[in-house]
Amino acid sequence: MSIDMSQFYQVFFEESAEHLASMESLLVSLDLEAPDADQLNAIFRAAHSIKGGSSTFGFTDMAEVTHILETLLDRIRKNEIAITREMVDAFLEAGDVLHGLLEAHQNGNIADESASISVCAKLKRLSGNHAETSNQKENDAPRVPQRLSSHKAPGNPRPAKTGAAATAQSPSVQHVYQIEFAKTRTAFPSKAHLDNLIEDLGNLGKIKNKKITANTVALSLSTYASEADLREIFSFFLKPKQLKIKRTGDAARGRSTADQEYGFFDKPDAIRSDVENEQGYGFFKEPDAIRSDVENLQGYGFFKEPDAIRSDTENMLGYGFFDETRKQPLPPMPEAANQQEEITPHRRAEDIVPLRRATDNPATAFGGDTSIRVGVSKVDKMINLVGELVITQAMLAETVSSMDQVLHERLVNELAQLERNTRDLQDSVMSVRMMPINFVFSRFQRVVRDSAVKLNKKVQLKIIGEGTELDKGLIEKISDPLNHMVRNSLDHGIELPETRIARGKDPQGTITLRAAHQGGNIVIEVSDDGAGLNREWILATARKKGMQVSDGMSDNEVWQLIYAPGFSTATIVSDVSGRGVGMDVVKKNIESIGGRVEVVSHFGLGCTITVRLPLTLAILDGMSIAVGDQIYIIPLSFIIESFQPKAGDINGISGKQGQVVHVRGEYLPVIELHKIFNIQTKITDPTEGMLVMLETEGKKVALFVDELVGQHQVVIKSLETNYRKVDGVSGATIMGDGRVAMIMDVGALVKLAQQ
Amino acid sequence: MAKTILAIDDSTSIRQMVAFTLKSAGYSVIEAADGQEGLAKANANAGAINLVLTDQNMPVMDGLTLIKTLRGLPQFVTIPILMLTTESSDAMKMQGKAAGATGWLVKPFDPHKLLEVVKKVIG
Repeated sequence: MSIDMSQFYQVFFEESAEHLASMESLLVSLDLEAPDADQLNAIFRAAHSIKGGSSTFGFTDMAEVTHILETLLDRIRKNEIAITREMVDAFLEAGDVLHGLLEAHQNGNIADESASISVCAKLKRLSGNHAETSNQKENDAPRVPQRLSSHKAPGNPRPAKTGAAATAQSPSVQHVYQIEFAKTRTAFPSKAHLDNLIEDLGNLGKIKNKKITANTVALSLSTYASEADLREIFSFFLKPKQLKIKRTGDAARGRSTADQEYGFFDKPDAIRSDVENEQGYGFFKEPDAIRSDVENLQGYGFFKEPDAIRSDTENMLGYGFFDETRKQPLPPMPEAANQQEEITPHRRAEDIVPLRRATDNPATAFGGDTSIRVGVSKVDKMINLVGELVITQAMLAETVSSMDQVLHERLVNELAQLERNTRDLQDSVMSVRMMPINFVFSRFQRVVRDSAVKLNKKVQLKIIGEGTELDKGLIEKISDPLNHMVRNSLDHGIELPETRIARGKDPQGTITLRAAHQGGNIVIEVSDDGAGLNREWILATARKKGMQVSDGMSDNEVWQLIYAPGFSTATIVSDVSGRGVGMDVVKKNIESIGGRVEVVSHFGLGCTITVRLPLTLAILDGMSIAVGDQIYIIPLSFIIESFQPKAGDINGISGKQGQVVHVRGEYLPVIELHKIFNIQTKITDPTEGMLVMLETEGKKVALFVDELVGQHQVVIKSLETNYRKVDGVSGATIMGDGRVAMIMDVGALVKLAQQ
Repeated sequence: MAKTILAIDDSTSIRQMVAFTLKSAGYSVIEAADGQEGLAKANANAGAINLVLTDQNMPVMDGLTLIKTLRGLPQFVTIPILMLTTESSDAMKMQGKAAGATGWLVKPFDPHKLLEVVKKVIG
């Protein structure tokens, strides 16, 4: 039977990415003065899991990096060495390298091996420094099998009676192995990887007759190491099948035939009979013999013979344990019981019951979190279908509303129930796509930490409301804009510690990320307690760039200037926030997903940028308006108010076409929708229709429409995928009566009107 | 009737690989993502499970603790339990033995090796 391992790759990629992310956030939040044992364990486990997966699925480059990483982490968590900032930096770097390797494997690219070699060297060096101080040479060479190194480590005391196994491995006999292995691209992406392996082998003994061809490498090695040790070295590169090891030059012990038989993993029958033969004797007399070489070579073992396990009772009978085996047939070995008091072998069945009660907690027993992974496309299809269902339901409701409500009372009631069910279904399907915003927020711990160091600033990041959920699509799209904003705060907002002290502030600045639900929106805030926007400076820069500004502009209008392309508020361009291409891109990205950006700033006190986003990309809260015989949807987030103007409020503009409306001391341009979309309508005087006040990009306009129809939640259908991009329209939706209504792109509409 | 194996590993990819391999060979498989979930599923399916395969290093409850706890349950005293571990040191094996494991299998392993070992234990 052959099993295609590649079917598990995707899951491996996803879980490794998760492990890397959690490792990173744990590392960043780690208190170096008093590292938390649980945190260290969790970091270790993340590295350990990645190593396990990558070696199982044959991603040897990742396995190699994680192995070195894990070895060092293991010693830290066992308190053998103290964690230092340098180590955390190296771990974070290793995390980045692993990310790179992961992405490379995922996309089928060749990874940048120089980075992984350099980080491996760095980790080895960190590991090495400390190993020398505690005289533990073995731990220096990270790829030397753990079996050789770990039981010599302090804090991991070797159990008393491991003598037999140790003797079997002890360097009393020098073996000569003929080794031949496949030189595949996955195992050895570069010559350096192969050299690394050969160097490791060279450390074990003497290499002779090295022959490297295009596909295979053959060499002979004389060494004291056992074949299992060699296999373990190779296991980080190759699958057992790709490796042949033959012992040629030693006959010091009688078990050489057995060793050779087991070296290939191809003859299980032979292994089995030998295992049985060999174990048939000294099993219960010399329990240590279970770790005989035979089993070590196999990479697995039993504490009893396989047959003994199957016919436990019979076997036990032969050794006189019969009475006790009835009650608890698999007692731990006597010396094992000495180490582990709590599993005393002579516990009676009656004693077992209270023990079970003590350890088996039914309250939590079934509480394990269960989840399934499904493709995003499946979820999207489901959302789409539910959208259709919502439309169909709305159409039905429309039809029924024109029928006699009394005559069809049951139909009306049942339809109301259908509407509730549909809405619940829609909500729960939508929630499948919802993810906590922490997916984005958590990465900023690292960004802030790294950037603060680069900029010589002291900055702490506060995260509030990280559990707030929003659509996965939004999470992906909000990530870059947030990144710009946080970097802007770091670079331009927070002052240097000296400056802060001079201004009477805490030398450590604070950046706060906050997320919350507000009505049908998600509100995300990036605020800092830094210098705030500098009004004079912005005005001066705007003038230099030839923008039209005046000193009388309101603060709000001044802040809008930072959204102009190429506008940077930093006097010095740094590599943290770049050269200020930020805010215009931020604004564009956020508006493209139906969001809005607002800035509030107080000079010397800090700056808060607020992003308002719709809950999801698939559904929109809209106001439907009528012009002529057409219905349009205006996203509710743009609407400030709507009103019917009095004749005196409408003024023409001298020398120009168009009108303005006077609202509470402000003059707003009137945009006549029927003119822009060229629609025939009877209502051409604003006093007969309605004006809808819209705000976009800090500007207010009044949109002149015939009438307001109502407020709806509409399911957004892409116009581009079904037709083509149309200026002034961002999408379409199907109304309850089956008609198609266009959703207006307010920003584009305002631009259209200005032309 | 197909023999049932309880496979416990916190790594989804490895667990899926193990489950797929065993299912392909005709075993029925119950999966769990950590020791505690493993214990819950062991309890829920006690009597039906013929073999337990457990990872050692897991969150919430590790493999050794699970093995010890299972050995304290009357239904699991004789059920073979194999420990899957990346650490092949003697110390680890002794700990496994002391906890009551039937045997060990060193990671990384390939599907063939896994089946070979499982067949040795439960046929």
